Amino acid sequence: MAQTTAVYESYVQQFRELERDFPVPAWLEELRRDALGRFLDRGFPTARRGNEPWKYTDVAPIARATFRYPARHQASLHLGDLRRRLPWPPGWAKLVFLGGRYRPDLSHPPQPGDGVLFLPLAQALAERGELLEEHLGRQAVYQDDAFTALNTAFLRDGAVVIVPDGVEAERTLHLIFVSPLEEEATASYPRVLVLLGRQSRLRLVESYIGLRPGPYLTDAVSEVVLQDGASLEHYRLLLEGEQAYHIGMGRFYQGRDTNLLSVFFGQGCTIARNDVRVVLDAPGSSAYLHGLYVTDGRQHLDNYINIDHIKPHCTSRLFYRGILDGQSHAIFGGTVYVRPDAVKTDAEQEDKNLLLSREAEVDSKPALEIYCDDVKCGHGAAAGAVADEALFYMRSRGLDERMASILLIRGFAAAVLDEVRLPSLRSFLEKQVVRSLPRLRGEGD
Amino acid sequence: MESEAKTPLLEIRGLRAGIGDVEILKGIDLTVYPGEVHAIMGPNGSGKSTFVSVLAGKPDFEVMGGEVLYLGKDLLAMAPDERAREGLFLALQYPVELPGVRMREFLRTALDAVREHRGLPKLAVREFNRLLQEKARELGFDQEFLKRNVNEGFSGGEKKRNEIMQLLLLEPRLALLDETDSGLDIDALRIVANGINKFRGPDRAIILVTHYQRILNYVTPDRVHVLINGRIVISGGRELALELEAKGYEWIRQTVEAG
Repeated sequence: MAQTTAVYESYVQQFRELERDFPVPAWLEELRRDALGRFLDRGFPTARRGNEPWKYTDVAPIARATFRYPARHQASLHLGDLRRRLPWPPGWAKLVFLGGRYRPDLSHPPQPGDGVLFLPLAQALAERGELLEEHLGRQAVYQDDAFTALNTAFLRDGAVVIVPDGVEAERTLHLIFVSPLEEEATASYPRVLVLLGRQSRLRLVESYIGLRPGPYLTDAVSEVVLQDGASLEHYRLLLEGEQAYHIGMGRFYQGRDTNLLSVFFGQGCTIARNDVRVVLDAPGSSAYLHGLYVTDGRQHLDNYINIDHIKPHCTSRLFYRGILDGQSHAIFGGTVYVRPDAVKTDAEQEDKNLLLSREAEVDSKPALEIYCDDVKCGHGAAAGAVADEALFYMRSRGLDERMASILLIRGFAAAVLDEVRLPSLRSFLEKQVVRSLPRLRGEGD
Repeated sequence: MESEAKTPLLEIRGLRAGIGDVEILKGIDLTVYPGEVHAIMGPNGSGKSTFVSVLAGKPDFEVMGGEVLYLGKDLLAMAPDERAREGLFLALQYPVELPGVRMREFLRTALDAVREHRGLPKLAVREFNRLLQEKARELGFDQEFLKRNVNEGFSGGEKKRNEIMQLLLLEPRLALLDETDSGLDIDALRIVANGINKFRGPDRAIILVTHYQRILNYVTPDRVHVLINGRIVISGGRELALELEAKGYEWIRQTVEAG
């Protein structure tokens, strides 16, 4: 307990330093203080009883450790280190953040003709203060979520992406969040705010990548607003280091007649959490969420996804797949809510898993909460097929174990990867699946 | 018998195997010469499937004793894929679905692996496609069939025919057919039997596991063995299968017990 108190004191101390070193407008100062208060009130969600959202994930290791803000001056980061580990087509705009802070020297921001506006948070505060005040913290509600509160308390930098009304952004935007390069246990708090104007359109990739193996914490929050008629093609890549703790929140708010396609790719780490909430708050919208997670060793990856149908005539699809090896543990908790007004809702969800090892474990809990008649909803059985039979079948035809595994895994992953509409990203992910599983790495990989 | 002069393709001596501590095969002896077809018959649970699965190297089973020589080599020391590349083929009783794995890609990869092992060059795409199409036609499949994922959504009969198509494509030396005839209607049975007969040849051998003698009307065996409780209790020629059909396995049990 004394140790835990010391941890919270360390966060308070760091918060004081932040207020001293990074003063912000009064409204944001108030938001940060309120968020810190909420975080201290609630504490980390470590309770092992009656704590449904964290039923399968014990965050005690995060609550026990002291993660520090990264130092002001970071060790040098070379573009080559990123280029080798990320999809890197020349046509994309690339915005690099190191330890949560924008690095203009490593970035290729979009140009005025590209239709999409990118601003680092500090600049956005100066130039678009009112817009930020209206939206920041609005979708990512922190009152009952410790990690969102912690991120909000330590808000200092981040990405603000704006697509004006009626604009179809030409260029794909890639937000790259690189974990700090220090040896000690650091924390970073990436923050993203995306505002899509009416009838606008955007393709956005968010990557979270670790370049060193040691333990660190990434506590990331993205807020996305789709105004009436907007379309977003969104990809989120989790490529953190082996011993990382990554808690990531994606919050999507959809206005009338909007379209969201969001594809998640998650490679496991010590603890990874993919927490997504989609609010369908006006008629005629659709949300397609696809995900592929790959875990090995003692990794732990927890998908916690909520889709909220509030208004009529909306469609949602939640299709996830997992590939598990070693003694890893993955969780799929997906809940689709259909509120009393949401007649003619069309919702489906399914989670399938391929277990390459008998010691790997998956908890798959698709759920529907329907408070309305006249809807079409379904969820697929949570399947966890052990791959033994399939692998033996393939080997009995002469394929060696590695080749058989690659064919099997590629085939299984295709259902998700086929939803990726950017060819360079698709081929990157296909290779990344193989790289994520040591058993598939051949000579020279 | 003429084949006595040849080297055996397969020599099994005192093979014992099972799952965990449970022994299912309790000492099997069998010698198979090139050109022969051996039928293994027996009631459910007698160990027929275990027998061919162990020969193919299925990891669920543990070998507890005995030895198996395949072309003079220690078969049991080989990995399942090695056995396949060496020319052994198991047609599964329940072929496995491979979601997202296309027939064409799967079969091409398999054929490449087998040919490379035999010192043969890879087939060009066009050659491979022609060969595959020919084999597919022999088993009554059309072009569309080859675009599907392996066994995914196939009917029972399609799965079995697919196994025999792979047999003809991969051209092994020794085919182990695990109840390939079960669950087939008479038309599908004829197609499957036709495929098996096409495969027959002086250098090749077949071990055909079946519960019914019906398929033996189409594929004439050289030897028939009856497996009961993990042992071959009686062996004979074609007529043994007919006698079994007429009198049932109970008759064998009594005959064997009476000595």
